[in-house]
Amino acid sequence: MMTVKETTTTTDKPGIRQMTPPHSRITRTPLVGDAAASAASDQPVVPQRDGGLLEAIARGEHVGTETHAAIGQHAAVLEVEKFNLWYAAKQALFDIGMSIPEGKVTAMIGPSGCGKSTLLRCVNRMNDLIDTVRIGGDMRLSGDSIYSAGVDVIELRKRMGMVFQKPNPFPMSIYENVVYPLRIDGVRDRRLLDEVCEHSLRGAALWEEAKDRLHESALSLSGGQQQRLCIARAIASEPEVLLLDEPCSALDPIATGKIEDLITELKGEYSVLIVTHNMQQAARISDNTAFMYLGRLLEYGPTVDMFTNPHLPETEDYVTGRFG
Amino acid sequence: MSSTTLAPIEKPKPNRAMRRRARPKSGALTLLAQGEPMIWLTGGALVLSVAMILALLALVVFNAMGTFWPDRLVEITTVDGRKLLGEVTRSESYVPAASAFESLPEEHREQAQAAVGEDGEARRRLLRTGNYELTNEHFNWVSDYEIADESLPDWAIIFERRAWGRFYGTPKTLLVDGQPTAEAPEDVWAQFSEHLPEIQERFERANAIREHDLGRLNAREEDARLALTEARLHHGAESAEYAEANAHLTVLTAELTEERTEFATEIKELEDENNRYAVVVTTASGQEQTIPLSTVVLAYPANQLTWSQQLGVYFARWREFLFDMPREANTEGGVFPAIWGTVVMTLIMSLAVVPFGVLAALYLKEYAKAGPVVSAIRIAINNLAGVPSIVFGVFGLGFFCYIIGGFIDGGPKHVGIDPWPSGTWFVAVGFLAACGTGAFLLGVYNLSVRKAEMTPLRKVASWGAIALWIAAVALLVLVVMHLPHFNGFYEARTADGNPTFGKGALVWASLTLALLTLPVVIVATEEALSAVPNSMREGSYACGASKWQTIRRIVLPRAMPGIMTGMILAMARGAGEVAPLMLVGAVKVAPDLPLDTTFPFVHPDRSFLHLGFHIYDVGFQSPNSEAAIPLVYTTTLLLIGIVATLNAFAVLLRARLRRRFVVGQF
Repeated sequence: MMTVKETTTTTDKPGIRQMTPPHSRITRTPLVGDAAASAASDQPVVPQRDGGLLEAIARGEHVGTETHAAIGQHAAVLEVEKFNLWYAAKQALFDIGMSIPEGKVTAMIGPSGCGKSTLLRCVNRMNDLIDTVRIGGDMRLSGDSIYSAGVDVIELRKRMGMVFQKPNPFPMSIYENVVYPLRIDGVRDRRLLDEVCEHSLRGAALWEEAKDRLHESALSLSGGQQQRLCIARAIASEPEVLLLDEPCSALDPIATGKIEDLITELKGEYSVLIVTHNMQQAARISDNTAFMYLGRLLEYGPTVDMFTNPHLPETEDYVTGRFG
Repeated sequence: MSSTTLAPIEKPKPNRAMRRRARPKSGALTLLAQGEPMIWLTGGALVLSVAMILALLALVVFNAMGTFWPDRLVEITTVDGRKLLGEVTRSESYVPAASAFESLPEEHREQAQAAVGEDGEARRRLLRTGNYELTNEHFNWVSDYEIADESLPDWAIIFERRAWGRFYGTPKTLLVDGQPTAEAPEDVWAQFSEHLPEIQERFERANAIREHDLGRLNAREEDARLALTEARLHHGAESAEYAEANAHLTVLTAELTEERTEFATEIKELEDENNRYAVVVTTASGQEQTIPLSTVVLAYPANQLTWSQQLGVYFARWREFLFDMPREANTEGGVFPAIWGTVVMTLIMSLAVVPFGVLAALYLKEYAKAGPVVSAIRIAINNLAGVPSIVFGVFGLGFFCYIIGGFIDGGPKHVGIDPWPSGTWFVAVGFLAACGTGAFLLGVYNLSVRKAEMTPLRKVASWGAIALWIAAVALLVLVVMHLPHFNGFYEARTADGNPTFGKGALVWASLTLALLTLPVVIVATEEALSAVPNSMREGSYACGASKWQTIRRIVLPRAMPGIMTGMILAMARGAGEVAPLMLVGAVKVAPDLPLDTTFPFVHPDRSFLHLGFHIYDVGFQSPNSEAAIPLVYTTTLLLIGIVATLNAFAVLLRARLRRRFVVGQF
């Protein structure tokens, strides 16, 4: 454990250990250093490279984003500009800048605690619910600022749909679950509600299974069906961007396959931003991939390039499973 | 990336066996680990508590069920020649004093002493002998050794009367218009049974006239009299209005006297007809007593009843107990008003406490930001649950009855507050409006501002809003308290010395108990709200729902079964509470039910009977306590039954809600 001490002392920044999330496995592993210590700590092996980006991050230096040229060719539905976020005194996101193209699936990958979910939850300002969060920078949804003063958060959230890790259907009927976004807007027109319900359930590939039991409790559905119901609920208000926070992490492989097919079908009609732990999933379903590490966006480019010809050695190490 | 050098994977294998601690080998530990004596300790504690609850229920049920069973009538002749007729209520062993035998006649003394036996213990029985107006006793102890003869006379009859308790004896003759019409006991009994129903029906009719028709007339006269008092208060005793009201009252009184005479004649006719019938009864000791049939509630020849007839008497008595008014200082008759009072009070209490408690818990759980103030409030609420209930009674009497009730009755002056002059009052109202508006505007200014965006100006604004709210509430209280030209809603009655709300009343009792059970509801609701998973709230927010929409559509329905649990607990606590009620409205005798057919149907200002208080009153305040003890058990059983019924309804409701909101079909 001597090495850890050495590492922290060589960074010249005493605050560095607080800045990194404590649950990250990376921080507990010596980034540079002797093989014996690394092996003894039972942690995955991290590539040792003098002057690499990971070491620079460990030293607390500013690290830029390697954005592929192909990204700028599409119109963006969501733009993130110099976005920073702190949980109380601890910084969790550093100068994130990216643009999410319209009608495409964008995946965010990276090791646990790298800030992908935090970034996703910032898009519809779910982090407002946490008192200690402070943010810097801005995001823009179809050109409208998300974080400037005077933005109506409620209206903003209605322009996006979000699906969470664990299926969270409401304790009501399947029908009421799907039309919930319309209900809270005060829509009472039965014909419109029926239409939206069918359209959304078809969109979420759940119509055939649920059409005969629309008025049964949503909690009687299986886990995979519940998650598709949540997707149906998210697309019921025809969102400009669909935010998926590891939507398959609580599902079995078959249900995961169905959700992945569904995301592929939603492509084009909806702009999807998905956080995933599963790199095969990212490779299968996404058009673009962003690789994040310790709150920084390291590389962002078309999925094909990210997985076969990444610009950064760190990205290659991660997608090939050498660390993370 | 073949150039990447990876750290070699080499794990030094520590010798695990060496690091292991030696395991202690002790006999006691093995027993603890294998024999599991704690199963016996914990299981024993559970069995003991369950057994105690079952024993309590069994005691109450056993004693209560036997209360109304018609016992046989025993005629006992003692060795000294006394004759007693009555029902055996209980028996016990005792050691008679040596002097007890000296009062016996010479020839029986030895025999009696021999009957007592070696250990000196004798059995004695308590005989309910009734006939109070002749003997001045309801009960008599009879020891076995002094009995010369014991029999079950065929024609011994029990008469339950409207006054003076039970009468035991043998019918001698039936008098109609003072003339004997039957002589043999069986003929007397046959005629008696024939006449009794119609006599009781006439009695009920006379009562109905007294209650409804005469009551209506009295109410009209009371209204006119109040109008007169009002005229005197508003216009003075010299005014034309007063004279007019007075004239009206005079005319009305004359009119009513006429009508009253009509009703009185009708009642008199009924009663005269009833008074024609009387039965002459010979007691065991040979005395004769004439009992008018109109005073008899129930009579039966106890020793001739078949099993099914006994059952009939048993159920007739239960019916009387459940649906009739109490008689004889609550020791006879029914407890219907008490049942009614308990149920209505509990329901009003629930209506008051549930919305109030749920709103408070919603604020604490959903809106308030965790901090020392919220923690302090939560601790205070939990402590409130431990305050002795009589303290709430004192508060209810002092605050609800005397201050609020007095204010409603007679306005500020009646509770000792000088009303402000109109000018001052309107200025105060202006201030109130300014404070309220200011607080509202400042509150809106800071609405849905995240903590991170709090500028010093916004901080000042938020504290200002709180200060203004407090000021506005204080001003509101002051403004209402000092309302000028307000002399209460019941000015005239108050002036006559008849408080309406300024005394113990159903509504004040309900509110006092609502306050008492508030912590129960708040704590249960908070727990129910905590049990709603946060993912539900997040899902709702992500759909663009506001905080209140999320609470109303997702959180509350999901928490509803838990809230119902809180309500059930509150109702169980409230329905059984007695001490505070004695101060704020429960009484021994209430002539009118709080809910009846006269406008406005619910009379929250009336006093009421309560089963819990009734138990205390019957058991410990009654002149004939020996006769009342069985009724204590019966009333207790009834109270348990009512609480259980109310709870069962709430549990059913909760089960329905749970099915609906938590899982399963719609």
